[in-house]
Amino acid sequence: MLEDVVRFTFNVDGEDFSSAGAASVQVKKHLRQMGFSPEIIRRVAIAMYEGEINMVIHADGGVATVEVTDDSIVMILEDKGPGIPDVALAMQEGFSTAKENIRSLGFGAGMGLPNMKKYSDSMKIETEVGKGTTIIMTVNV
Amino acid sequence: MIEYKHSVSLDVSKCKGCTHCLQRCPTEAIRVRDGRAAINSQKCIDCGECIRVCPYNAKKATHDPLDCLNDYKYKIALPAPALYGQFDNLDDIDFVIQGLLDMGFDDVFEVAKAAEMVSGYTRQYLRTEGLKKPVISSACPVVVRLIRMRFPFLCENIMPILPPVEVAGKLAREKALREHPELCPSDIGCIFISPCPAKVSYVKNSFSGEKSNIDSVVSVSDVYFKLIDAMKKVDAPAAFTEAGNVGVSWAISGGECTAVFNDKYLAADGIENVIRVLDQIENSDFPELEFVELNACNGGCVGGVMTVANPYIARARIQSLRRYLPVSPNLHPLSEDVPADMMLPGFEYIPTAPLHEDRKEARRMMAEIQEIRKDLPDLDCGSCGAPSCAAFAEDIIRGEICADECVVFMRRVFHDYLSAHPYEQALNDNKDKEVQNGK
Repeated sequence: MLEDVVRFTFNVDGEDFSSAGAASVQVKKHLRQMGFSPEIIRRVAIAMYEGEINMVIHADGGVATVEVTDDSIVMILEDKGPGIPDVALAMQEGFSTAKENIRSLGFGAGMGLPNMKKYSDSMKIETEVGKGTTIIMTVNV
Repeated sequence: MIEYKHSVSLDVSKCKGCTHCLQRCPTEAIRVRDGRAAINSQKCIDCGECIRVCPYNAKKATHDPLDCLNDYKYKIALPAPALYGQFDNLDDIDFVIQGLLDMGFDDVFEVAKAAEMVSGYTRQYLRTEGLKKPVISSACPVVVRLIRMRFPFLCENIMPILPPVEVAGKLAREKALREHPELCPSDIGCIFISPCPAKVSYVKNSFSGEKSNIDSVVSVSDVYFKLIDAMKKVDAPAAFTEAGNVGVSWAISGGECTAVFNDKYLAADGIENVIRVLDQIENSDFPELEFVELNACNGGCVGGVMTVANPYIARARIQSLRRYLPVSPNLHPLSEDVPADMMLPGFEYIPTAPLHEDRKEARRMMAEIQEIRKDLPDLDCGSCGAPSCAAFAEDIIRGEICADECVVFMRRVFHDYLSAHPYEQALNDNKDKEVQNGK
């Protein structure tokens, strides 16, 4: 018997800026196939995209899982990166620890985490310096 | 729902059921069933990629034959700027205009000239307050259809100004009626000489919300040979071009952008690149961009499948042709605001059908698709007739095809069967020995 949840898993490649965002595009397609409204799809796509970019920039990639149930879409982004020492600071708009070479690519504007929070209904950050970060974002349907 | 009329079609007798077009189609609109390709008209955006890639010329662009000139008493040629890039050693567009008149047209109204007006109005439109930026060009009908089907949040960004070809048709008709009061409107034929099939779809589907001002669409390639004969006979052209650098540049990617006279623009060409750019614009905001020009064909309109010249060579020719042209002759003074009859109604989102109307059921089907995918090899070989294993899994759940169409899956089933049935295995081994012994 199938569970009441559909799960999609994506490996996000580290240091591959050209394919960063690929998971977001896939999720968009799947949500369209399941008949979600454009507004919901857009919020998930943006939150997911920002999360993916963060994993590429800061954590050498990771795993993104999306769980779709009757009343929510949950995005779980797990990485084994450096962790976030000061979450409150990281959440501030414009704050970024991205290196200069990454900023020169147009990333690192310090809007990643704030956008992820803005486009999801709830966001939970579990992080440990030196171990990694797990971010769980929920968009209610 | 009104059926969308396409201009990319299949000649079943030529189709061998190979997988070239399957994997090239950007919207996964093609399936091979019973050894022949089939195009899903709800998904097709008329980009012409399948025409480009088909080794057997089974995919074709539908357009009007040159004979359609006979249908009208007064025939006006509307040459696309891309036409000018088709000729070797051409140094003056006047020869093309004269050639068109000599081959039987009563008048020529250059789409390039209309394009200059659209560029002028684009600059005005971009100054409108409260506009959703970046504004996306509406000139390429493939891109417009793609956005309407896949990027609901960008529909509002599409510039609601008539594309140059429509403006040309409108002005050409008005001019003919003014200069020839004896004509009635049905005597006049505005015939667009088009580089691509998508423009044919544009006309057939009354893209602008009302009847198009274009009466027929012929292909650049059909016109080419007749036109080149006529051009060779021209010594000193009496007719002259009314297009400038701006209008002629619309033939190539980036041409429309530069006419915006603003450096905050982006130009992308080739359908895959266009999709990538749109995905990125939809994801994050591009506050620094004012205008986005997207062309489905590589190189821009010169890359259309109804042209004859290599798009990059055509591009180089356009570059040298435009060098000695004025920026724009500005023969049509622009009004203060974009005139209402040059504006399009908004662009609505056309959602593609989900797996099921009921979302719960759609989710259940999606879960099954994910389950089936585990058994599929993810080779995207196309042997099953679907462009990818993911699309195949979806087709199975939709009940269109059976899982045993997957050769890799079936080979595994076959091996599993043999190892579970030692008797047959032994028989098989014996057969192998017999073969080896030459029996």
